[in-house]
Amino acid sequence: MARVTLNKVVKKFDQTEAVRGIDLDIADREFVVLVGPSGCGKSTTLRMIAGLEETTAGEIMIGGEIVNDLPPKDRDIAMVFQNYALYPHMTVFENMSFGLRLKKFPKAEIRQRVERAARILDIIELLDRRPRQLSGGQRQRVAMGRAIVRNPKVFLFDEPLSNLDAKLRVQMRTEIKKVHQQVRTTTVYVTHDQVEAMTLADRVVVMNSGRIEQVGTPHELYHSPKTRFVAGFIGSPAMNFLSCRLIDAAGALAVQLGEGLTLPVPAERSAAYRPYAGRALVLGLRPEHITESRSYGTGAEFVLPVDVVEPMGMETMVYVSVDGTEVCARVSPEAALAPGERMRFMADMRHMHLIDPDKERVIEAPDAARVNGAAAVTAA
Amino acid sequence: MSAIAADPPRRRAVGSLRRNRRWALVTSYVFLVLFAIFFLTPPYYQLVTATKSSAEISSQTTDPWLPSPSPTLENIDALWNKTDFPIYLRNTALVTLCVVVITMAIAVPAAFSLGRMKFWGSGILATGVFLTYLVPDSLLFLPLFKVVGNLGLLNSYWALVLVYPTLTVPFCTWIMIGYFQSVPKELDEAALIDGANHLQMLFKIFIPVALPGLIAATIFAFTVCWAAFVYPMAFIYSSDQQVLTAGTITTLVKGDVYQWGMIMTAALIAAAPPLVIYAFLMDYYIAGLTAGATKG
Repeated sequence: MARVTLNKVVKKFDQTEAVRGIDLDIADREFVVLVGPSGCGKSTTLRMIAGLEETTAGEIMIGGEIVNDLPPKDRDIAMVFQNYALYPHMTVFENMSFGLRLKKFPKAEIRQRVERAARILDIIELLDRRPRQLSGGQRQRVAMGRAIVRNPKVFLFDEPLSNLDAKLRVQMRTEIKKVHQQVRTTTVYVTHDQVEAMTLADRVVVMNSGRIEQVGTPHELYHSPKTRFVAGFIGSPAMNFLSCRLIDAAGALAVQLGEGLTLPVPAERSAAYRPYAGRALVLGLRPEHITESRSYGTGAEFVLPVDVVEPMGMETMVYVSVDGTEVCARVSPEAALAPGERMRFMADMRHMHLIDPDKERVIEAPDAARVNGAAAVTAA
Repeated sequence: MSAIAADPPRRRAVGSLRRNRRWALVTSYVFLVLFAIFFLTPPYYQLVTATKSSAEISSQTTDPWLPSPSPTLENIDALWNKTDFPIYLRNTALVTLCVVVITMAIAVPAAFSLGRMKFWGSGILATGVFLTYLVPDSLLFLPLFKVVGNLGLLNSYWALVLVYPTLTVPFCTWIMIGYFQSVPKELDEAALIDGANHLQMLFKIFIPVALPGLIAATIFAFTVCWAAFVYPMAFIYSSDQQVLTAGTITTLVKGDVYQWGMIMTAALIAAAPPLVIYAFLMDYYIAGLTAGATKG
């Protein structure tokens, strides 16, 4: 049983507050990813769980025990660092067994544990090598192996894939997920890469300037972001934000963008949005919900000149300008027109978000993706 | 067609590159040879003189730069059997060994704590350590004479064992601070999580990782002790306690009589141990002085 609980945790460096009172409850065996831009306090939070930073205020509990005053070695955790932090003068075997040797484990058990971890990570033939003879990916496996052999209550990962090239990163991501499925240890993983966060996590914690913006499953964060920050941070390319005005046109709500462009609000959202009628708001719409006009589609259509075209292979990003704001649309490669040409787009308003610009919060409304089930998702 | 037309200029470019490189090489070799001649002249002269008899050395007719037609070992024989040179050599070796051990025992933990642990005043202390190194021994020997005298260690090589670390500890601490600091922070964090205490961290992680720096510091301490001149000259006056540097001069220079053959022989023998140590540990020494740059 290794539940990790953070209770009003604060970290101050001199006068600057890096972590501003966060509450987080991580269930046993859960894989939680802390994600956010650099300087948001995610690494500091992880280091406080590890015991590498002192907690200024609040409580950290691991497995029901308050660990604030325990040194790292007594917290029963293992950590994987961004730059691997392998001991350069030791072989892979010695690196992986260092912690066990310090704890005076019997030799036979050390060998057994190291070999088991090495088999999981497929590095059994590297045990006699030194770190400098390994590639980046192999080093990262060894670093993970060092964590696994300890059989800790909690795994902590501090941006473990940031030093790898793009292809290897994707491979290692799968590897980490596979390892977690085999070893099932509570895991806290820090990254600034939202794709990593979405693919790995049971739950994602989005942090911004020392606070938690939102905690949820990848699906929740993607489809029902609570703040403008989360809406913009999760998803690539990022969600489009457009200044708009919510108008009441003969009983039906619509968002009015500049240049006379008006898009209807789906009926099921009217009740939630009605109190905001007449106000200046921000419309949030993901690129995949602005597509080329499709005969089978159900969205609102509009025509705009194409600015920039970015072919990606299986889809093409088309950028247009709406009232001076750049908007990205995700269209099928055959449908994309050349820059300068006027193209007919379709906005799937069932996936729209309205953001109150004063509070920077997304106005809660029933989620079309869930209301309409899987059929709505195919629009992407 | 266009490829053929473009060929000649490309070939010229390659040619000029080679010419450039050749000139760079020629210039480097010229200067290297000049340096080598400059620095090898004194040892050459020592060797030539050491293998000549006293008569040959004082002769006005032979060229002092040319090797003797009949080389002799009489100088080394006289030095070894008729002077206290073996005692000096033994004393020097003993003092050097003690000082190197003391220096490392103090400087390694000092550098580790100053370089890796943040505590109040650690920065100022580190700078302070270095500042003490800047005071030259030609100034320090006067007050130290008083200290050594009060401790009753005058005319004993144990005075040197006590005093030399004032030269070696600050410098060795300083270069090792730099070396320990170049070890990535995550390494001690990983060790902390693995359950190492600070002592284990020092011995199992930092000393092995910073070994080139440690060896560089050891060589430095060794060289300083082996070659120190002012302190033995000032503190020691009887032969049985004397060390190589001061002993050679006091024994082989009597008034205005210089026993050149033996002086040169003594100098050659005295220079041999540092030479051997440098030759074997040169790679480590260079790696140590370019701390961090070579660490994998």
